[in-house]
Amino acid sequence: MRKDRFFKMVLWVSGILFTLIILSILIYLFKGSYLSIKTFGLKFLVNKIWDPVNEQFGLLPFVVGTLLTSIISLLLALPFSLSLAILLGVFYKKGFLNKFLSYATELLAGIPSVIYGFWGLFFLVPIMRKIEIKLGILPYGVGILTASLILSIMIIPYISLISKEVINMVPQDLIEAGYSLGATNWEVIKKVIIPYSRSGIFAGVLLGFGRAFGETMAVTMVIGNSNFLPKNIFSPSNTMASVIANEFTEAVKDIHLSSLIQIGLWLFLLSIFINFIGEIVINKMKVKGEK
Amino acid sequence: MKMNKRLFKDFLFKKIVILFSIITLIPLFLILFIIVKNGVSAINIDFFTKLPKPPGEKGGGILNAIVGSIFLVIIASILAIPFGVTVGIFLSEVKNKFTETLKVLVDVLQGVPSIVIGIVAYIWIVKPLKSFSALSGGVALGLMMLPIIIKSTQEALYLIPFSLREASFALGTNYTKTILKVILPAGLSGIASGILLGIMRIIGETAPLLFTAFGNSFLNLNPAKPVDALPLVIFNYAMSPYPEWHKIAWGAAFILILLIFILNIIVRKVIKRWKVQF
Amino acid sequence: MESTILKIRNLNAGYQNKWILKDINLNIEKNKVTAIMGPSGCGKSTLIRCINRMHEITPGAIFKGEIYLDDKNIFEMPPSDVRKRIGMVFQRPNPFPTMSIYENVIAGYILNGIKIKKAKMDQIVEESLKKAFLWEEVKDTLFRKGTFLSGGQQQRLCIARSLAMNPEILLLDEPTSALDPKAQAMIEELIVRLKENVTLVLVTHNRSQAARASDYTAFLYLGELIEFGKTEKIFTTPKNKKTEEYLTGKFG
Ligand SMILES: Nc1ncnc2c1ncn2[C@@H]1O[C@H](COP(=O)(O)OP(=O)(O)O)[C@@H](O)[C@H]1O
Ligand SMILES: [Mg+2]
Repeated sequence: MRKDRFFKMVLWVSGILFTLIILSILIYLFKGSYLSIKTFGLKFLVNKIWDPVNEQFGLLPFVVGTLLTSIISLLLALPFSLSLAILLGVFYKKGFLNKFLSYATELLAGIPSVIYGFWGLFFLVPIMRKIEIKLGILPYGVGILTASLILSIMIIPYISLISKEVINMVPQDLIEAGYSLGATNWEVIKKVIIPYSRSGIFAGVLLGFGRAFGETMAVTMVIGNSNFLPKNIFSPSNTMASVIANEFTEAVKDIHLSSLIQIGLWLFLLSIFINFIGEIVINKMKVKGEK
Repeated sequence: MKMNKRLFKDFLFKKIVILFSIITLIPLFLILFIIVKNGVSAINIDFFTKLPKPPGEKGGGILNAIVGSIFLVIIASILAIPFGVTVGIFLSEVKNKFTETLKVLVDVLQGVPSIVIGIVAYIWIVKPLKSFSALSGGVALGLMMLPIIIKSTQEALYLIPFSLREASFALGTNYTKTILKVILPAGLSGIASGILLGIMRIIGETAPLLFTAFGNSFLNLNPAKPVDALPLVIFNYAMSPYPEWHKIAWGAAFILILLIFILNIIVRKVIKRWKVQF
Repeated sequence: MESTILKIRNLNAGYQNKWILKDINLNIEKNKVTAIMGPSGCGKSTLIRCINRMHEITPGAIFKGEIYLDDKNIFEMPPSDVRKRIGMVFQRPNPFPTMSIYENVIAGYILNGIKIKKAKMDQIVEESLKKAFLWEEVKDTLFRKGTFLSGGQQQRLCIARSLAMNPEILLLDEPTSALDPKAQAMIEELIVRLKENVTLVLVTHNRSQAARASDYTAFLYLGELIEFGKTEKIFTTPKNKKTEEYLTGKFG
């Protein structure tokens, strides 16, 4: 049938087109960063100075800023996310409280990052300023810790929703076997549920990390936009994403723009890397599930 | 004695879990409370029907941003929905090495930070056209929507029983019509909610618009010219030093949250009402 | 009076690289009910799915041989033409879930892009539903979704949907095995009535159903056609020992 052949061709073309789009993202990011790659080489990655005026461009301050904010926010988010997941997946598997909390969590995940940033700027920053005054440090209010706090609020829904699903996948008979041996909730969770769902929870954490390191707006609004290496967790800083948001439209020099695009290229590659690890973890989990 | 300690530990554990879970929700209510408190007072008829005033002058509205956001969503939808649904059909219909790779690529696109998507749209469209534009913003948002639509289409079609396809073929229906008129309609609730979720995601996206749609304090419906958007207004006005502008930002945030809330309700309705029973 | 409408010649069919059906030769008589019996897994479904070329939509399906419909080999005709002339009803009722009862009946026309007038459509829907003994039950709810009907009603709706295309042959693959006894009896009665207008091929492993409803019976065992003949003969004096064992309930 000619019509069917045409239709199948359309399907194939769409698939090929999608592949080309992804390839072209990679190629154009590379092309855009070429000037910067050629000029700075690998020194770009370890140079701790980012100075558009003197055309000195190094990634290090932003790598540090990104890693600090992502890791601190993950550490902050983890106990809360796991509590929420355990509450929804073990203690209240059904009923009003489950519905209400699930819905609220979903809502939390749906709030745009610019609103988190806005709220952070007008609510969290003044509070941080007061704390910093009490501690006797420079009261910027903005900085790494403020950004991490906002980020942790933003990633809690992701980690907890995935962890909850993973916990729900633990076979019921395993859990019941635990209870029938007289184990308490705490023991069942520690000895049965967590070991069984560990890799799935890890995948959730990985996804949370993926969101945190690429998150732009909320961070841009409360991190203080400083291009120097941070001295401590209260210092103003910039992440890879936030420096792009900050400087992209103001970059008049080609080398400046190209360096910003190179940061984008690294963000892209990092997101692929995280995806790749996630894929491996999930596949491993599938194998375990089949056993 | 030992027993008591065990039970106490268990009791404590449960209380801690509940406490932590409740703490998690505090920010949500704080955010909603502050937005409603500051936002409602900023909103009046002018807010929806007037263009912004220069700093210092009272009044004015964000008509440009409301229209701009709708315009951007329309461009993104035109680009992403037909294409995404087609790729979704492809992934659910054809199983081979290529489609397996394609699935991974869809995940890759979903994981790309939105700011990077903005850079890509800048390189693709803004640079060659030498101007910020609604089109480039729409392309960026379309790219963000695409994986959501592809995945929801693929998942919706995956759930449709093979017997339906048989019923169609047995009547002499050809492959094309079987997919388009039997399989696709049966998956409509999943696909439609995927589209709405996609819109829900992009309507609040700011980062990909910073150097594509850019912002515009005038009304614009020319795809080759810059255009404003609700999240851009929130960002630009929030970062400004003028209290009157902060007020407008709160108002815009309130409208944005309201829109997302409404979309969320519609998604639930769509899933329920259009759910096809097999 | 007797005339052969379908001739199956040296038909082999299977999946991937495993042949299931081996050299099947069988004649289907016009306006009769031919029952195909045999233990589960012997290839009954595979056989009737070859007759309207549904076998080949299964991924990995293989086949060779000929099937003549009015002396034309169906494997040389476009599959959609074959399927329009040879309708099929499946084990599990499968009405289109997005369509109303009315649309379900007329679906063959809609899906094939056959344009007909509304009045003619109404007529086809009514006639087909009447033929399928369903009209009285649904005439007031024609625009409700077909999936709200009971299992037996859904199966009759599927029969009506096939009949609407005016097929020459109707294939039924264990049409009653998913239904309750009352619905079963109704479909059985329906099958007997239908043969005035259409030739039926009925796959069943319900022995008494075959005895009651069919004129001819074919007995299939491990992919081979062991015995074929008039139903009374097969049931009273089977020639093959396997047939006898099966009919007396020794296996299957
Ligand atoms: N899609 C398929 N792929 C591989 N083997 C199949 C498939 N469908 C059926 N078979 C095999 O073919 C044989 C005959 O199946 P079938 O024709 O469905 O038997 P029946 O209808 O008589 O129960 C069985 O052994 C079954 O396992
Ligand atoms: Mg069968």
